Amino acid sequence: MSEQRDIRIEVPVLARVEGEGALELDIERGQITNVKLRIFEPPRFFEKFVETHTCDDVIDMVARICGICPVAYQMSAAQAFERLFDVDPGHWVRDMRRVMYCGEWLQSHALHIHLLAAPDFLGFSNAIEMAEKYPDEVRRGLMLQTLGNDLIALFGARSVHPVGLRVGGFYHAPSLAEVQAMRERLEAALPEAESLVAWAGSLVMPDDQQEFVSAGLRHPDEYGIYSGNMYSDSGLDIDVSQWDEHIREIHMPHSTALHAELDGQPYLVGPLARLNINLDRLPTETAALLQATGVRFPSSNMFHSLLARAVEIHMVVLQAWQLLEGYQVPDRPWVDWQPKPGVAFGASEAPRGTLWHRYEVDESGHVSSARIVPPTSQNQARIEQDIALSLQNFGLDNEEDALRLHAETVIRNYDPCISCATHFLRLRLRRT
Amino acid sequence: MGDKPKIAVHKFSSCDGCQLAFLNLGETLLELPKLVDIVHFVEAGPMDEDQPVDVALVEGSISTSHDLERIQRIRSNSSYLISIGACATSGGLQALRNMADANSWASAIYASPEHLDSLDSATAIADHVKVDLALWGCPVNSRQVLGALRDLLFGVSPREESRPLCMECKRLGKVCTLVTQGASCMGPVTRAGCGALCPSVGRACYACYGPSELVNDVSLGRRFEGFGLLPADLARRFHFISNGAPVFKAAGERFGGKR
Repeated sequence: MSEQRDIRIEVPVLARVEGEGALELDIERGQITNVKLRIFEPPRFFEKFVETHTCDDVIDMVARICGICPVAYQMSAAQAFERLFDVDPGHWVRDMRRVMYCGEWLQSHALHIHLLAAPDFLGFSNAIEMAEKYPDEVRRGLMLQTLGNDLIALFGARSVHPVGLRVGGFYHAPSLAEVQAMRERLEAALPEAESLVAWAGSLVMPDDQQEFVSAGLRHPDEYGIYSGNMYSDSGLDIDVSQWDEHIREIHMPHSTALHAELDGQPYLVGPLARLNINLDRLPTETAALLQATGVRFPSSNMFHSLLARAVEIHMVVLQAWQLLEGYQVPDRPWVDWQPKPGVAFGASEAPRGTLWHRYEVDESGHVSSARIVPPTSQNQARIEQDIALSLQNFGLDNEEDALRLHAETVIRNYDPCISCATHFLRLRLRRT
Repeated sequence: MGDKPKIAVHKFSSCDGCQLAFLNLGETLLELPKLVDIVHFVEAGPMDEDQPVDVALVEGSISTSHDLERIQRIRSNSSYLISIGACATSGGLQALRNMADANSWASAIYASPEHLDSLDSATAIADHVKVDLALWGCPVNSRQVLGALRDLLFGVSPREESRPLCMECKRLGKVCTLVTQGASCMGPVTRAGCGALCPSVGRACYACYGPSELVNDVSLGRRFEGFGLLPADLARRFHFISNGAPVFKAAGERFGGKR
């Protein structure tokens, strides 16, 4: 910080993030004067495409926004329509959707920890190199990722853009034999998930304390995954239909992306924020594992995101295993419904944070307008703030390469999904 | 390292889902570097976009002027180029913008559209450069991608699936949704290769693997009309994931779909 020098760092393409993004950073006379996380995934106009389509079509369309978290898109959309139409698909559907969602968290978190993030902390440029030195850890991660994908496919026939979900429930219920085989695999994975938490807790992380607001869904009886109120540690606790009263997206002139603010401030969504506000909703077994790592939560160190993901991995393996206990094939895995015109709101927790949808539906049950706020847009302002603070803490007099790697590592903590991050572009329309 | 064929995975406008055909391989992912040298695959880490390679796998559709320049460069650096997935092969769902006035959307959305590097269309890779093999699917699966690579490693030409899904569905012994439910199943005109996933969960195929050979959209459309589908519904069946495939584009337009 004391050194007087001008540095301009450009990372033209960020590796190991989903989608395409770039970072610009200017340091002048020992001060950061410019941080820009540029998103150059070209606009894909999904919110326009869904117009005129039926609600069931929309479930298949919005999945295509993100190959890593299609289940989250489908779940937020399905719940929005069911809520508008006053449809209660019942306990079986609710529980099985949560199980399917556990699969998405499991595969996405395992992918992120092992293939995208951990190489940063262990000094490798990618996971394949890392696997030579840490074969057991990488194999454990890939096994958990595969299990998550298979859990999605149990209900959706494939893990990327699954085809099982419909408004009112599922198209199909898995057989008892399939569920029993899956339960055995989940049970066998529990000790692996336990050791993953211990390993994640043992990784040496920078001590980088920052003040930020943690936000996400919170549910009265369970860890916020499938549904809940939008909640924050700064006092927010609202139904998802009240979203616009508190969360606004601001257009930054330098970027094609919008930055979200909660009551005028940047905020964090995703695993660390979620764990911070849902600690009392962790299963006892998972809470004990977290305790044993010695890392104290709530945490204000973004580098604890990796541990938060590991903790959530253990929780979802445990929950899926528990929810599938005593599984029975229902007579029919969906309920009938009639469309109603109106405005539909739905939100669920994608692996990387809260995913909010709003649809206007006409009398014939076709969507006439859509708005989607993905997690990466919500985190964008926080990411830029974090990069500036974290680099100050790290020391601006470090070598340029070290600064670049540190900034990239900070960004990867958020597991930004830049493919999704273009979809809030639609919101500009409202302000112009 | 020197003797192994070099491969690159390139991304254009897409959801990243087709790259997951690699990243979701599980432990097989660790075997892959024994067979090939992965020189460029941004999401996985390796980055060397301009190194000449034996096989380039390209995901996503072309939708910026920078894309236009990049795909030419990739083509000239690659001996064999495979388009993977619906976006790369036919433009994907996002090619729906080609039927609308995307420029007006962009100028409505952006305060300064002049800074926006976005074409008014999302188009297939083959619209711009020679594609040696097209793998259809939204998303492609690992079996397709590894099958093609394996064939190339053995020195044989990979074969492209073009038969309709009905063939695969029957072979797998699935119950026909069109016949038994009166569902508007796109199986008769859709390329096989997915494993008949939708019929296996009891729902109609929605054509995410693109058009098969010998598409008879007229007869299928007539059948769907018999199920009560209106012209706009019919058009939407064709103007969906593979709306950019010429035969589906024409079919949707013929059935009266103006978006």
